[in-house]
Amino acid sequence: MEGVGFIMLIYVFMLAVFVGFELISKVPPILHTPLMSGSNAISGITIVGSLIAAGAEEFTISTILGTIAVAFAMINVVGGYLVTDRMLKMFKKK
Amino acid sequence: MRILIEISYLISSALFIFGIKMLSSPKTARKGNFLSAIGMLIAIVVTLLDQHVLTYEYILIGGLAGSIAGVILAVKTPMTGMPQMVGMLNGFGGGASTLVALSEFYKLSGSVPTETGIAIIASLLIGGVTFTGSMIAFGKLQGLVTGKVVKYKGQHAINLLMLVFVIGAGVYVVMNPMTTLNLALLLTFISLVLGVTLVLPIGGADMPVAISLLNSYSGMAGATTGFVLQNNELIIAGSLVGASGIILTNIMCKAMNRSLMNVVLGGWDSAGTVSTASTTSQKGQVKSIDPDELAMIFDVAESIIIVPGYGMAVAQAQHAVRDLVNSLEAKGKKVRFAIHPVAGRMPGHMNVLLAEAQISYDKMLAMEDINDDFPTTDIALIIGANDVVNPAARHDKNSPIFGMPILNVDYAKTVVINKRSMSAGYAGIDNELFFYPNALMYFGDAKDAVTKLVHEIKNL
Repeated sequence: MEGVGFIMLIYVFMLAVFVGFELISKVPPILHTPLMSGSNAISGITIVGSLIAAGAEEFTISTILGTIAVAFAMINVVGGYLVTDRMLKMFKKK
Repeated sequence: MRILIEISYLISSALFIFGIKMLSSPKTARKGNFLSAIGMLIAIVVTLLDQHVLTYEYILIGGLAGSIAGVILAVKTPMTGMPQMVGMLNGFGGGASTLVALSEFYKLSGSVPTETGIAIIASLLIGGVTFTGSMIAFGKLQGLVTGKVVKYKGQHAINLLMLVFVIGAGVYVVMNPMTTLNLALLLTFISLVLGVTLVLPIGGADMPVAISLLNSYSGMAGATTGFVLQNNELIIAGSLVGASGIILTNIMCKAMNRSLMNVVLGGWDSAGTVSTASTTSQKGQVKSIDPDELAMIFDVAESIIIVPGYGMAVAQAQHAVRDLVNSLEAKGKKVRFAIHPVAGRMPGHMNVLLAEAQISYDKMLAMEDINDDFPTTDIALIIGANDVVNPAARHDKNSPIFGMPILNVDYAKTVVINKRSMSAGYAGIDNELFFYPNALMYFGDAKDAVTKLVHEIKNL
């Protein structure tokens, strides 16, 4: 059963890569910089793993690693979304 | 409870996908980014409710520190500094993945399932390389680390050796679940060193490619963390980012006519060096023009294409250029911008710099959309760009940039080139365009020169 679960994850991975290629190839070149900073923000999703590591019941090395990971991921999430918004609101059509 | 969390992750993943989909137009992009941020908020909130999260003080410390740093970075970074900021964010993404993988390895110590073990090793390797590699890229862009191509004897062999070691040690760790944290730490350390040695040889001119590639790595590191934690959302989000980085890397490589291998192994030796040519050569004498004469040429022109390069941003001339556009449009002329994919220091950078100067985005055209219009254009005005308009790329087989797609500015009736001096471009290559019969050199600092031109046009 372990193995089957892992294969399911690979299925999800494969489909997500296809969706990613389809979606990203439709982003126009003028928005490539916000695309990069916005995807930085999305890659901050590692916050999910970081929170679980930092919030464990017992205090271990894992907690320290998790706390630093939370800080790193939050820089990506907060910094990434804010800076992307800052850029996107400048794009205006007269 | 478990099912509620899973459904929330599903919704959150869908919001990420919608968010990126809405980036397909500048009209919906901002809303898309907002939706994506909502997706992230949902993911964070439900994770905090997870049964494995029991203490909150360390989360609070890390979260607060990261948020404050994030806000400062997002608010303080000037638009010219976006490549550095994205470079740094790539690194933190990779760093977070490495730390989560290490922490998971520690938690499972003694009984790491094979699949998880493989994912942990991949995460440590990719995340580690991304972290230090991005910091070096940041340093190069910020001018803290040399922008030159760094070469030393046997560098490829040493890199290969390190990679083989990491993979070998990884296989050993996976085969022997009883291994201690020490080997995983050593493996992480080597990955961190590898990140430095892989990015150090890449020249400053190739940074747009390096940044895009590291962006992809940071996504892939996130996806591998998803495999470690068996979390579909991490896999989906990571794959989206990974795909995005790969596409951008590919676009940048094509725009420079380079193979990825060539960039990664260290490219143009001359990159980043500046040599000075004289105003005369065997190709002839350049023609220089003053602002008042130039204003008269603009006065009789009907269609104008402005070609901005990074030099424009360095001189902080964007706002002067906007004034130029306004004064020309007030006289009923058609003004557009032709933007080469590598015009800035990262993909799409020039568009952001122009948007900041309140230039309407429908005037910014990509190379393939505007290149056919040059023959019917009266004036092509080049500000701070050089290599991307060098006709040698089309015909001179000996030129280092031969084969690189360029903007065909020389097909316009008149080409006006604003430059401070006759120095070569970022790639250190001379430009024959300056000696063409239809070319006029308009010397001076970009901001100063454009301001003078605007003044003369208004006085006509």
